[in-house]
Amino acid sequence: MKKAICLFLALCLTFGCAAMLSGCGSSKDTTTLYVYNWGQYISEGDDGSLDVIAAFEEAYPNIKVQYSTYDSNEIMYSKLSNGGITVDVIIPSDYMVGRMRQEGMLMELNFDNIPNYQYIDESYKNTSYDPENKYSVPYTWGTVGIIYNTKYVDEADVTGWELLWNEKYAGKILMFDNSRDAFGIAEYLLGYDVNTTDEAELKACADKLAQQKPVVQQYVMDQIFDAMENEEAWIAPYYAGDYLTMVEENPDLAFYQPQEQGFNIFIDALCIPTCCQEKEAAELFINFLCDPEICAANLDSLGYSVPMTEAKQYLDPEQAKNPIAYPSEETLRNATSFNYLPEETSRYMESLFMEVRNG
Amino acid sequence: MKKNNAVLLSTPYLLWMAAFTLIPLGVVCYYALTDPATGAFSLRNLRDLGMYLPVLWQSIVYSLAAAAICLVLGYPVAYYIAQCGQTAQKLLYMLVMLPMCMSFLLRTLAWVGLLQDTGIINTLLGKLGIGPLRLIRTPGAVILGMVYNYLPYMILPLYSIIVKIDRRLIEAAEDLGCNGVQVFGRVILPLSVPGILSGLTMVFVPSVSTFYISQKLGGTDTVLIGDVIERQFKQGNNPNLGAALSLVLMVLVFVCTGIMNRFGGDSEEGGVIV
Repeated sequence: MKKAICLFLALCLTFGCAAMLSGCGSSKDTTTLYVYNWGQYISEGDDGSLDVIAAFEEAYPNIKVQYSTYDSNEIMYSKLSNGGITVDVIIPSDYMVGRMRQEGMLMELNFDNIPNYQYIDESYKNTSYDPENKYSVPYTWGTVGIIYNTKYVDEADVTGWELLWNEKYAGKILMFDNSRDAFGIAEYLLGYDVNTTDEAELKACADKLAQQKPVVQQYVMDQIFDAMENEEAWIAPYYAGDYLTMVEENPDLAFYQPQEQGFNIFIDALCIPTCCQEKEAAELFINFLCDPEICAANLDSLGYSVPMTEAKQYLDPEQAKNPIAYPSEETLRNATSFNYLPEETSRYMESLFMEVRNG
Repeated sequence: MKKNNAVLLSTPYLLWMAAFTLIPLGVVCYYALTDPATGAFSLRNLRDLGMYLPVLWQSIVYSLAAAAICLVLGYPVAYYIAQCGQTAQKLLYMLVMLPMCMSFLLRTLAWVGLLQDTGIINTLLGKLGIGPLRLIRTPGAVILGMVYNYLPYMILPLYSIIVKIDRRLIEAAEDLGCNGVQVFGRVILPLSVPGILSGLTMVFVPSVSTFYISQKLGGTDTVLIGDVIERQFKQGNNPNLGAALSLVLMVLVFVCTGIMNRFGGDSEEGGVIV
């Protein structure tokens, strides 16, 4: 009996060592790629969709992806600017790409490693945030609007952004928990330019947002999915692509873009920050995501819009025709994009938003 | 020789303290006294603190309420456990500890599922034709969250003090003609003061600095100082103001513990749990 136990233990040890050695051996030529993305912003293989990261690791067996997520551009920016971390790929929105580019936080991309860049439509190139197309590759685009539950919200009240201030629905309204999107809504409502640097206008927006606070249930980002799907909240401003995901769970949800007042149209782009350690692997990853078939499969399940015509043929035909994902020129006539703001303005807006949240 | 050994043995901990308590404390002070944009020395962060006094005050009021409720709820439980037989005591002690084995985040999230408008309680009430009641996103819900999470920190120190009270003192009081109420008021309660004080501190300190509970169970107006600090670091990109606020909170906690210790006075049996 004792001998048997000894033998067993010896075997365990041997296998243990062997496993460790093989572990060490393989780690030598494996690169780890740190991808830092928005939450719920890559297809993860639920409901038979494509698991993009698994597919990438299969295509490049010597690259291992370490994936983590953030809730908003501002959180990602805070984390990177505090330093001390390694991130290889990030996906900021347009205005944040501009800010990080100006502040020298992005690396120039080597487009020899990103041949799929050719598929990106011309209309998503030469943008104000990256005029020379050196630092970013468009990942998706979309619009911001109001999601509301038709079971509880009277259609007559659905007129514009003021719905988010309607006392009739006090306690059932959600609001953006990031300064730029929240101020954008106030700016559209008050008729200011969304890229204003005028402190008096920004202060007026902050007052408007403070007025809204008593009717707001919570300031949220991705917690919106649960709250809207299970009807804890009835009204929320959010991104069109995420509405398309939510409406699959709760068909009573509807989406509305205040076309007269104006609304935000955005591009989220793949970038490599200066704290990147594996630039080539990062470029391979970016190239992989820009493969038209991968792009279509990925964005089909996310609900966001593809920035390449080439990919549209692989989309689910219903999604490709969806006017919420691909609005007409007419719908988009008053849509504006957020531009890079000077650093003092960004700081001022952030501190005003903190005052609204904490006051 | 013996003294040298003690120094030697305590070195790892002293190094640990220096690396992970003293140095970070210095970093906090440094950040609190520098300007977020330029990095130059500035008292601006401390000046900006005035704005947050109402939030600080709200945090203190909520935490004091939570500590008081914990005391009222916890004292009878601790007293009861101390009266039980050896086996029952061990079992009950373990039961008090048991919830702490599960993540505090998960337990708070479970309360959201119970209390929210479409939650379990309101759904049941709805079936009976009542409600929906506004349970979540109220100050009451935040205090409930604090009481629920930190009640064991009240019961355990109280129990460890009450269980040590010499039975003979109670018998003596009875022999000398005290009735039940007098025995409690004149003997047991004064002897359990160290436990009460350390229980109050142990509930107050984590409550006053919490941020998760208020974010999940509170509304847009139940903002606590912990929330403000977290937000300055996480999205506000203003670690300097966050550090200044942390300093204030730290001073507050020191003052509170100081006051508690003073009242606890010369008791040699501090009811501190591990």
